[in-house]
Amino acid sequence: MPDLTHLSALEAESIHILREVVAEAERPVMLYSVGKDSAVMLHLARKAFYPAPPPFPLLHVDTTWKFRAMYELRDRAAAAAGMELLVHRNPDAEARGINPFDHGAAHTDLWKTEGLKQALDLHRFDAAFGGARRDEEKSRAKERIFSFRSPSHRWDPKAQRPELWHLYNARKAAGESIRVFPLSNWTELDIWQYILREGIEIVPLYFAAPRPTVVRDGTILMVDDDRFRLNAGEVPVTRSIRFRTLGCYPLTGAVESGATTLGDVIQEMLLTTTSERQGRVIDHDQSASMEKKKAEGYF
Amino acid sequence: MAGYRPDALIASDIAAYLEQHQNKSLLRFLTCGSVDDGKSTLIGRLLYDARAIFDDQLLALEADSRRVGTQRQGIDFALLVDGLAAEREQGITIDVAYRFFATERRKFIVADTPGHEQYTRNMVTGASTADLAIILVDARKGVLTQTRRHGFLANLLGIRHIVLAVNKMDLIGWDREAYDAIVAEFGAFATSIGMAQPVAFPISGLGGDNIAGASANTPWFDGPTLIEHLETVELDRDRAVSGGFAMPVGWVNRPNLDFRGFAGMVARGSVRVGDAVRVLPSGRTSHVARIVTFDGDLPAAAAGQSVTLTLADEVDCSRGDVIVAAADPLAVADQFAATIVWMDETPLLPGRAYWLKSGTTAVSATVRPPEHAVDVNTLAQLSVKTLALNDIGVAHVHLDRPIPFAPYAASKDLGGFILIDKLTNATVAAGMIDRPLRRAQNVHWQSVEITRQAHAAQKGQAPKLLWFTGLSGSGKSTIANLVEKKLHALGKHSFLLDGDNVRHGLNRDLGFSDADRVENIRRVGEVARLMTDAGLIVLTAFISPFRAEREMVRALLPEGEFLEIFIDTAIEVAEERDVKGLYAKARAGEIADFTGISSPYEAPEMPDIRIDTARMLPEDAAELIVDRVVGMWSPVI
Repeated sequence: MPDLTHLSALEAESIHILREVVAEAERPVMLYSVGKDSAVMLHLARKAFYPAPPPFPLLHVDTTWKFRAMYELRDRAAAAAGMELLVHRNPDAEARGINPFDHGAAHTDLWKTEGLKQALDLHRFDAAFGGARRDEEKSRAKERIFSFRSPSHRWDPKAQRPELWHLYNARKAAGESIRVFPLSNWTELDIWQYILREGIEIVPLYFAAPRPTVVRDGTILMVDDDRFRLNAGEVPVTRSIRFRTLGCYPLTGAVESGATTLGDVIQEMLLTTTSERQGRVIDHDQSASMEKKKAEGYF
Repeated sequence: MAGYRPDALIASDIAAYLEQHQNKSLLRFLTCGSVDDGKSTLIGRLLYDARAIFDDQLLALEADSRRVGTQRQGIDFALLVDGLAAEREQGITIDVAYRFFATERRKFIVADTPGHEQYTRNMVTGASTADLAIILVDARKGVLTQTRRHGFLANLLGIRHIVLAVNKMDLIGWDREAYDAIVAEFGAFATSIGMAQPVAFPISGLGGDNIAGASANTPWFDGPTLIEHLETVELDRDRAVSGGFAMPVGWVNRPNLDFRGFAGMVARGSVRVGDAVRVLPSGRTSHVARIVTFDGDLPAAAAGQSVTLTLADEVDCSRGDVIVAAADPLAVADQFAATIVWMDETPLLPGRAYWLKSGTTAVSATVRPPEHAVDVNTLAQLSVKTLALNDIGVAHVHLDRPIPFAPYAASKDLGGFILIDKLTNATVAAGMIDRPLRRAQNVHWQSVEITRQAHAAQKGQAPKLLWFTGLSGSGKSTIANLVEKKLHALGKHSFLLDGDNVRHGLNRDLGFSDADRVENIRRVGEVARLMTDAGLIVLTAFISPFRAEREMVRALLPEGEFLEIFIDTAIEVAEERDVKGLYAKARAGEIADFTGISSPYEAPEMPDIRIDTARMLPEDAAELIVDRVVGMWSPVI
């Protein structure tokens, strides 16, 4: 028997997790954010249930402020997998015109955190797959693979269940739900290596290309459409940039780069010296901010 | 000292580098020790030397080090791995955290668990998936009680590679004799408990000595570096491949009428297309027709792989079954002896029904009173009646149906289980199966010729168990007596089992602790079942405060024969009546564990019949119950 490589071992573990949830939950759903981690998670789901299509829908909690290229790939990927795609936009945030320029942190809270809770309640999903990894951030290092949420979606770090061997306890009371993270044990490098090995399609924004940009507080932002509010005298400059992580385009920092192939991207990542989350503006406030967001129900 | 440098290939030929790095193996290990032993510092050092730390993290780390760090000069690596905000402020890690790094040869997943006595649960959790354990010792303190505890737990969880990292060697001037003495002492301990001989390293987490590079401070040490050792030890998975094939079925894949695949993760051994296999527990045999994956069919699959098998014959097989090599089946039994680690604040209640999950199957299980517990500090065997949080004990486990399994020593995935509380759904214990109990095979049910149907038919009635539950003084016995009189008048054959009366005889040996209450109800349930077998309508009047026990009795009887009758009386009313004067005594502290005062009453959520005594006289209540019971009677078969 050949050795099981680390990528194959991670793949097998993730597939096992996906199947366990489908076997034990009543209404599972996969949160699909269109990023590279979501792309890997979706690919694993297709493998786990082959030749059947994954027996659950995809849910995109939309903020209306994602990059245009993300919306394009989203619809195509769902169709290719033969899965239903549900898109939820918080009607309250939509009515109030919540946007990243005027509302700062409230933008993320209302569109993403509240939007996610609304969508889960609306469809009565009792288990939601998410693409979070333990290596992303310190507070995530202790997150279980099966993470329980109260009926009001709160996460209590003291009340999480021990996880032993490959045994996952998915039982829950009515109203409670589980977030399940099949990529818990993957690192950023694993994700990239796996995308390369499997030939998984990802949003072109991960590769360098000349794009219109402005620099604010040292962060390079892409001017993706005409909703971007330029300051007086600010003129978009074309730079060769790419993104290490994708979210709402006015909140996502780019890096200057010449990496146009997967090999280039991985090379740059291995030689680079800043961690992935630095590109996300929301984490900068305080060092325990992710943990606070999580307790409030942020994925 | 030499740390890990980024591979020159990354810059010069990324394609060649990626080719080389796609085929690493994966080692999971556990670190045991307290903050004082420098455990977090060692992990921080491993991450740092493997370049798993980025500049922005390093900047945050430097800032944190100045703010709350414990190292007066330089970087406090421990801050890198101490996770949640509340814990960081307390200065201790209190949970299992997972870290990742990779070297040229392997990827590593580190389970970081605390060393404090009260956190046995966390260490056991981290150890369950580990191939190797690093046990840290402070060179100034040597082998402590805690060190032996870590060794014992690592061995209990079946970890075959033990590393003894003697840390802070710089603080004892790299004293070889002191090091040798520590290694010898721990080695003797390992032998005494039957643990694999540890591999020892003299290190300094702060300075990095003998971690990534050999140290100039220890010319007398000729072993490899710690990282070299981690890169080369044998993986559990490689060992699991050599056993007999076994795959618990997790999901049956039926996309259309022509395809029926059994999806699972291979727990042990390997399988090839054409191999003869057996489905357990049924024992039916077939052959593997295909090994299906998204990437095309495979000729073979082995331990650690998640695959989908199709079989040549139409055999019954569903989630929870185990497909095994036909010639090498697993034990199938409904009773076994196991070592149990209790993980919940609420102690084990022997006799209470829990869910037991093993592989992909979940069955109802009860744990008998422990044969003994083990003091993790002295390793002495203790005589105990129950297991509390972080206790480890040996006990017999009884299941409501047989399941396939292997002893834990032979397979972690086929011999490990968890226990789940049926009400809170919490994972309350981890268990390791030692051996099946022969008793399970030897005591056969006597097949009786006069069946329960025959008994019932002779009496012209359908057997029932009317289970009255409610607070002391709620009126259970009063109403139950009235119901029995009415049934008697209707010519029905009945029997009333009263709580107080049973406690004078059958259950004379039981008190009122939670464990004794469970046993009390279990015995009453069994007696009531025998009486229904005899065709009787049985009435019971017990406080029976716990939902789990009432459900346990319900499960003993055929569907529809158990009727839960909730005599709902407010505690203020029951206390005011206080027919037996018990509430007054309980309030005075003369009775311990009194339901409603010092012990909980879990009201039925969906009783079959609820009697609100504030709105109904006992006579009317009895009438209502009899009407319901008579109305529900179906014709006798």
